[in-house]
Amino acid sequence: MPVERIAGVHTGKGSSAQTEEEVRRGILTTTLTRAVNWARKQSMWPVTFGLACCAIEMMSAGAGTYDLARWGMELFRASPRQSDLMIVAGRLSQKMAPVLRQIYDQMPEPKWVISMGVCASAGGMFTNYALVQGVDTIVPVDIYVPGCPPRPEMLMYGILKLHHKVRTSDALK
Amino acid sequence: MAEADLAERLRSHFSDVQMALGEVTVIVAPDEIASSLEHLRSEAGLEFDFLSDLSATDWPGREPRFWLAYQLYSMPHRHRMRLKAGLREEAPRVGTVTGLYPTADWLEREVFDFFGIVFDGHPDLRRIIMPDDWEGYPLRKDYSLGGVGTHYKGAFIPPVDERGM
Amino acid sequence: MRDQTSAPFPIETADDMPREHYEGLREETMVINMGPQHPSTHGVLRLVLELDGENVVSCRPVVGYLHTGIEKNCEWRSWQQGIAFVTRMDYLSPFFNELAYVTAVERLLGIEVPERARVIRVMLCELNRIASHLVWLATTSLELGAISMMLYGFRERETILDIFELASGLRMNHAYMRVGGLAMDLPEGAEDRVGDLLRILPGRIHEYEDLLSANPIWVERTRGIGQVPKERLLGLGVTGPVLRASGVDYDMRRSNPYAGYEEYEFEVPVRTEGDCYARFEVRIEEMKQSLRIVEQCLARLPAGPVKIDDPKLRFPGDLAVGPDGIGNSEEYVKHIMEESMEALINHFKLVTQGIRVPPGEVYEAVESPRGELGYYVVSDGTNRPYRVRVRDPSFVNLQGLPDMVTGRLVADTVACIASVDPVMGGVDR
Repeated sequence: MPVERIAGVHTGKGSSAQTEEEVRRGILTTTLTRAVNWARKQSMWPVTFGLACCAIEMMSAGAGTYDLARWGMELFRASPRQSDLMIVAGRLSQKMAPVLRQIYDQMPEPKWVISMGVCASAGGMFTNYALVQGVDTIVPVDIYVPGCPPRPEMLMYGILKLHHKVRTSDALK
Repeated sequence: MAEADLAERLRSHFSDVQMALGEVTVIVAPDEIASSLEHLRSEAGLEFDFLSDLSATDWPGREPRFWLAYQLYSMPHRHRMRLKAGLREEAPRVGTVTGLYPTADWLEREVFDFFGIVFDGHPDLRRIIMPDDWEGYPLRKDYSLGGVGTHYKGAFIPPVDERGM
Repeated sequence: MRDQTSAPFPIETADDMPREHYEGLREETMVINMGPQHPSTHGVLRLVLELDGENVVSCRPVVGYLHTGIEKNCEWRSWQQGIAFVTRMDYLSPFFNELAYVTAVERLLGIEVPERARVIRVMLCELNRIASHLVWLATTSLELGAISMMLYGFRERETILDIFELASGLRMNHAYMRVGGLAMDLPEGAEDRVGDLLRILPGRIHEYEDLLSANPIWVERTRGIGQVPKERLLGLGVTGPVLRASGVDYDMRRSNPYAGYEEYEFEVPVRTEGDCYARFEVRIEEMKQSLRIVEQCLARLPAGPVKIDDPKLRFPGDLAVGPDGIGNSEEYVKHIMEESMEALINHFKLVTQGIRVPPGEVYEAVESPRGELGYYVVSDGTNRPYRVRVRDPSFVNLQGLPDMVTGRLVADTVACIASVDPVMGGVDR
């Protein structure tokens, strides 16, 4: 796994070279950030937010053949207070939208949202009065996984992209 | 009972009996629905004791505008038929059949939710599928399908009901 | 009913508590909300439960949290596009939705599909029934605590989904059936794969029976729970395994056969106890009978076309796997581009305008894994449906839930919902 190097901090050269005190603090901060990010991505617990057909594929992804437990994610918590990832799997109707927002608000920071399927990402094939055309109008989405429904492997790819995003983010900001 | 025999049997009691595509349809006036269903249920040889479905269709521009369809099935005799009644646009009200068929509880609520047809005597007539404060009756033909258009680089595709297909 | 008065530890009775503490307590019932986001409600079902301690006094289901407006969407799409919409209604049994819709349109058109298409339709529907019951078994076991059964159910389902993927290209929501037949024929080797499946599945289903049917926890949680008298169930319009577990022998494949079911030999399992355990037994037995039907389908699968011969109805394209996925086969493209102008015009009209269906109305009912799935299709003679009304079994079966649940414990509510097997996509459409 390549280690990200931030210019100037380790080598002491270049425009962002700093004093020794700051360098030491910088290294400590970077290492701490990397450790925190690693811990966060290592076992993200999803909250059960399966709505429709994508929920069945999500369950298949969590079951034996395509195993989400490899990434510590087989434990879908029912309570949003105990989870940090919300996979919105399925079509979001107008009646369900306030519920989605409420569950999202109840999740503690840091939290991420994967929008699984085209219905959650953009309304899907149902451009009509009944569906919210994309959950990103209600909650901020980190990863969009298209498909109708996406195969479990596609969902796993989306989850791995999220892990990469978490790993390379700045956790202590 | 075969459809032709069923139609003959029904013609002795109802004036408007139609047969098409292997199915028998009886058309009655809205205030005769309850008595017709009562008759169809109790008459020996007919015994339609199971209400499969209750739905409505909107024909704007025709009189009457709303057509209710009761899909009936007989458990002892294993035959099917349909009972239809037309409701005028100004007065979409009809009596409930929940006393005869308890399954009509949610089915009538759904018809009310989507078409605005009021069922007198229903124990709990309110919206079932749409949110409680929704305005409008979605399955009526004058209610737009909704949805948003799609923007591409240099093109705009309008929502489905505005495409002129 | 279990004896709920004896407790294994001493509890404070009304005689021990001072009266002023006790008097106000007994009168109040608690109204709590179960769902719509809940691990055990099989989707986005909301139950407003009024509880007296742990006993349910009343239960009011609230539905509509998955409403997708499919019925209205179908009115704005062509007849063939409607297949892609209706297949997503009851998403655990998509082939049944497709079969009912396509059969209704075929009845309006007055056409017959070729024999090979009919047999493949029955085979896929019965495999879908097994897959749906496996998901039911997996999720019910998860909710009642037998978590390893969840993994087994989904493992078996994967083998069936492999067959579906081989045939249609998709694991779920296939849109494989067309008006006039199927989208394309089964590929090479599909029949051998189905044969392999038939060798593995009976042993596995036997394993699940061994695992669960004599398990004391399973029996304790499902025996004697959720009984409703059968007259009440019939009045409420409940159909499917719930009705058959209460003693009513009503299966549309037997009583009003469609798609050639009268030619197959199978039993319809019926039990009389009417509790959750009887429903479990009925569904396990149905899986075994479905395997019998699939075997007979394989034996009688004839050679021949899978699409009707009428050029005005046969949706164009003999599909083949091209370099970019599935596309029209090269011979077909050569035919329409170089050889026949009429074929090109026909293809164009069919794809852009769709087929025309004569005016009429028809009610087509099939026996889906949950009960009677009925399609009331009204046509006004154009290339779009005028009204597609879906009588979904889960919507009507949920009306029976308050009767099953009132007077019992909250934990039994979970078992009752699971035994009704609602799929919210069908309930809310």
